[in-house]
Amino acid sequence: MPAKTLVMERGKRSFWVQSYLPEVANGLAVTLKHLVRFITRQEESVFTINYPEEKRQYPERYRGLHRLMVREDGQVRCVACMCCSTICPANCIHIVAAEHDDASIEKYPRIFVIDELRCIVCGLCVEACPCDAIRMDSGVHCHSFTDRTTAFLNRDLLMNLGTYSAAKQGGERSF
Amino acid sequence: MTLLIEFAIALLKVLVIVFGFVMALGSLMTLTERKYSAFMQKRWGPIRAEVLGFRFGGLLHLVADGVKMILKEDFIPSGANRNIHTIAPAMGLFTAMVIFAIIPFADAWCTGLALPVEGMDLCFGFDDAEALQSAQPAAVATFAPTHPYFQIADLNAGLLYMFAITGIGVYGTALGGWASNSKYSLLGGLRASAQMISYEVSMGLSLAGLLMVYGTLDVNEMVREQGALLWGTVPMWGILVQPFAFFLFLTASIAESKRAPFDMPEAESELVAGYFTEYSAMKFGIFSLSEFVMVVFIGAICATLFFGGWQVPWLYADGFHFSGDSMLAAASGGAWTAGELQSYVQASTPDIALPYGLVVFLRIGCFLTKIILMIALQLQIRWTLPRFRYDQIMFLGWKILLPASLINLFITALAILLLR
Ligand code: SF4
Ligand code: SF4
Repeated sequence: MPAKTLVMERGKRSFWVQSYLPEVANGLAVTLKHLVRFITRQEESVFTINYPEEKRQYPERYRGLHRLMVREDGQVRCVACMCCSTICPANCIHIVAAEHDDASIEKYPRIFVIDELRCIVCGLCVEACPCDAIRMDSGVHCHSFTDRTTAFLNRDLLMNLGTYSAAKQGGERSF
Repeated sequence: MTLLIEFAIALLKVLVIVFGFVMALGSLMTLTERKYSAFMQKRWGPIRAEVLGFRFGGLLHLVADGVKMILKEDFIPSGANRNIHTIAPAMGLFTAMVIFAIIPFADAWCTGLALPVEGMDLCFGFDDAEALQSAQPAAVATFAPTHPYFQIADLNAGLLYMFAITGIGVYGTALGGWASNSKYSLLGGLRASAQMISYEVSMGLSLAGLLMVYGTLDVNEMVREQGALLWGTVPMWGILVQPFAFFLFLTASIAESKRAPFDMPEAESELVAGYFTEYSAMKFGIFSLSEFVMVVFIGAICATLFFGGWQVPWLYADGFHFSGDSMLAAASGGAWTAGELQSYVQASTPDIALPYGLVVFLRIGCFLTKIILMIALQLQIRWTLPRFRYDQIMFLGWKILLPASLINLFITALAILLLR
């Protein structure tokens, strides 16, 4: 079967447009207009944000630094299910699970490290977490690093940003 | 002794023009370009460099950039030819600066009495108007020598010199690209050479029309000719007699300066940074400075050839003449007698009389204004037009500009033949 072809009509360009020079003049006039307007009425619509003094308003769903949520008693909510580290496309979540004393919780992350330098801030870890343990809604800008080792955020650092989450965790247990 | 004085004057001219004007404007351009583009895009541009809380609208970035360039590591890649790698930026800047030798910032200084004859100032051999009045009316007027104090080199083949120097200007680029031992740099250098060859042709041909109109290669002489009044009222600037050539020349010379929309040798999107990919620190700074100096030169040469150079419209050696009638007429027998000059000075005073020193001052100021306007035009073009593709550049150079400049040449020749 022959491939279905779609013939695109090229827009007709008049001789005036094709001769290029008049259109160049038009373009120059547009940019010159912006220049003159900006110089004469400066306060209107400046795109520059003087960053450290002025800050851009982040959107509500802005993905900032990760945080690990905590339970009512201040323990980490994470149950070390490995969903986030499995889905992470940058492979930057490193979890070592350990057994929890409480049999209804079963596991907790003994080590939970996110390499913020490798993280691509995709938010998939948040989507994957079954128990609202990891979030990126801290609103905190990832800080700059001069030493790679400081870019590995461990469990306690991540929990410092975390707050209590009221989401229901765990199902009915039969034992 | 006179030789020593001549030498001192030449040195002073070089110092004032090259360091006081070219270098100053060139380094100011590094800031101006960023500011200008920022204002066009409703941004503030560089403003954050500050000393004790004072920012001076971003001017301190000049100092900050200089310090940064000097303190950075000067990196030479392994396998690069160290000597050529080092010399290349200097060659670029050297050629960009030596072409300024032919730019006249004002007419040659007249040691006698300068009077306008049909739109051109002539320097008569009288000390001043009083000396003229006391001269014998029947005596034939002599000419006094003029000194090119406002032009580094008053070459009678000035334009040829310009083409020669811009021709070797590409050596810095090509050698820098070749000596870096990097494929990107080499490609950038090659592109620069190809572009230079393509556009040098139309650049030369577009000026050939002007040469035919003015009949001289001497740049100062060309500017003097532009003072003639067309139909007794309009100054005969290059843009009036050769409007087409101006666009051809501007296009070709922007292509020669290797800036967007003709930035093929740099081509950030394809070649990293083209010929200066492997350059850092002050060597990189020198390359970009020579590019900016080239922009200033293009502004200066366009103003000189097409916008009347140092001519202030209707201003001549003794003041403003708004029509050609109030000027001295051509001599009937090839020379003027003192009597003719006397009656001119007494009878037809200029519309606004000005002393000669003030006229020279106004002319320099006018020329600098023209240069700055031409630079602004180039910045406007650079920040408005999208860049060409490489094949489009070759197409434009060989298939459009070259035939167009030949046609322009033909029409000019025909017009001169018919009008003479
Ligand atoms: S945001 Fe994406 S890349 Fe970063 S840790 Fe989560 S899943 Fe991995
Ligand atoms: S998906 Fe949630 S519960 Fe599972 S390991 Fe990651 S953070 Fe912990």
